[in-house]
Amino acid sequence: MSSLATHFPALLVVVPLIAAPLIVAMRSGLAGWLVSMAVAAATAAMSVTLLAQTTASGAISYALGSWPPPWGIEYRIDAASALVAALVALIALAVAPYSRRSALAEVGPEREYLFHALMMLCLSGLLGMVATGDAFNLFVFLEISSLSTYVLIALGRERRALTASIQYLLLGTVGATFYVIGVGLLYLVTGTLNFADLAPRLAALDDLRPVHAALGFITAGIGLKLALFPLHAWLPNAYTFAPSAVAAFVAATATKVSIYVLMRIYFSVLGARFVFADLPVGEILVALSIAALFVASATAIAQRDLKRLLAYSSVGQIGYITLGLGLATHAGLTASLAHLVNHGISKGAAFMLAGAMAMRLGGTRFEELAGVGRTMPVTSFALVIAGLSLIGVPGTAGFASKWALVAAALEAGRPWIAAAVLVSSLLAVAYVWRFVECAYFQEPPRAHPPRGEAPATMTAPALALTALVIAAGLHATPVLESARLAAGALLGTGR
Amino acid sequence: MIAASHFAYWGAVFLMMAGLYIVIARNNLVKKLVGLGILQSSVYILYVAPGKLTGGTSPIIAAGVQLYSNPLPHVLILTAIVVGVATLALGLAIVVRIREAYGTVEEDEILRADADVERKQAE
Repeated sequence: MSSLATHFPALLVVVPLIAAPLIVAMRSGLAGWLVSMAVAAATAAMSVTLLAQTTASGAISYALGSWPPPWGIEYRIDAASALVAALVALIALAVAPYSRRSALAEVGPEREYLFHALMMLCLSGLLGMVATGDAFNLFVFLEISSLSTYVLIALGRERRALTASIQYLLLGTVGATFYVIGVGLLYLVTGTLNFADLAPRLAALDDLRPVHAALGFITAGIGLKLALFPLHAWLPNAYTFAPSAVAAFVAATATKVSIYVLMRIYFSVLGARFVFADLPVGEILVALSIAALFVASATAIAQRDLKRLLAYSSVGQIGYITLGLGLATHAGLTASLAHLVNHGISKGAAFMLAGAMAMRLGGTRFEELAGVGRTMPVTSFALVIAGLSLIGVPGTAGFASKWALVAAALEAGRPWIAAAVLVSSLLAVAYVWRFVECAYFQEPPRAHPPRGEAPATMTAPALALTALVIAAGLHATPVLESARLAAGALLGTGR
Repeated sequence: MIAASHFAYWGAVFLMMAGLYIVIARNNLVKKLVGLGILQSSVYILYVAPGKLTGGTSPIIAAGVQLYSNPLPHVLILTAIVVGVATLALGLAIVVRIREAYGTVEEDEILRADADVERKQAE
């Protein structure tokens, strides 16, 4: 066991990567579903083990193919990558059982096995982005996860899923290309692609103009992928028209992994002093984040579709995460990482529950959801809890990390940022109220299906994530402590 | 002098901006994908050009070979080309599906059709 455990950093990526062609070869939806659940469980177990290892004894370096870094590709798991990998794998574990009914209803039984294979490819790409310590390898995994996401979004029932997918493909590819231009510039001035090797070589440079250009390209490129306001144009349609299981998985993980990549480049490669002290990147991030808090959350209130509302809410919530990053203090980064995890869980639960409603009612427009509190009481109540976490009500996961963010802003001597966080939470109250009003204070339309919940394979994992939202709210210390260690790992290796 | 010796970079930057402009300015989805292809190709030049050293040979171990070109950029760009081909193929496949579903590949007509559907749903 212990000898196998030393290969976990590579297996984390390789197991889902091999599962994908295996599922295609089996050509069976049921077998694909079972394999994807087993793989999700295996990656979750591995990532939790790695998280425990990094917490106990620091970073793990894995030389792929036994080529020592910096010549070979290094997989490097530290507290930050282990935390994000654990989030991705846990969300995959929750979505895997859910995905069968979603795929059967929205993609059709003939193509179900391809759906599971693509989910595995996407999982592999996201975990690869987190695990790798090589800048170009990261680009390859970014494209693996992105290409599979484009296809998964295009599988949505409506034809607008196709336009959402091509829009995301165009913007996502521009983003990935910008990232690779930035990495190319860094490679030209240093001659290395290994993150740990890049940092000291960049620190020793005198002529910084290519590094400035690289910082700009990488910030804009990854900003597109993480939907940093105002680069979020692809996100609302993509989340609204994608199949429910895809929306839940992608909303909870893809943007979060991109945020992790930005943190990794800023702190572990370019160095906090260069990015935040010599250049005004922190101020720009704070300004854009605060714009996201207000503009995206206000736009969410005006939506007529629950999934679309949740998508705009995601843009706003990403603002809280990048706000903590923009503060560039240990406390800010801790709050940012904690909110990354807590929002991932909350938004994953919310999209899964919205998908369960779409399954029973045929859609998530508010006319269709009228009176859903009476026809699907359990699902509706759970969605209200996930909504409370988006607001940041005490007792839910969202509260702990927002509280940490407010404390970090005050500690950094910027009380107006703390005020912006608090005031913008009122907008979240308004958009969550839209759902409450529609679900509990409106009569169900006459053609409404009778009282009953969605199938158990959809409801049970969604409720499990909702329970996790409450658990992480009542017992916030594990996430905050892991986030604190992760922030330390990111800051400690910077110059 | 410097401008002339860096002609590969000028070419790369020109293609980069031209590709990006096409992606932003064109209305036709196929043309947008062509622009995306040009943008990606510019990166291939950006990576590969500096690998060549003046007077350098192929990167082989042989007697008398002192100066050789850097092979790593070529390896990286082979991977990037594969990614570019996959992206273009996927993009074109989605455009074919869009053409089947909407009867057009012009972005403004697609957006108008979607806006019409939305207006009908709201009524």
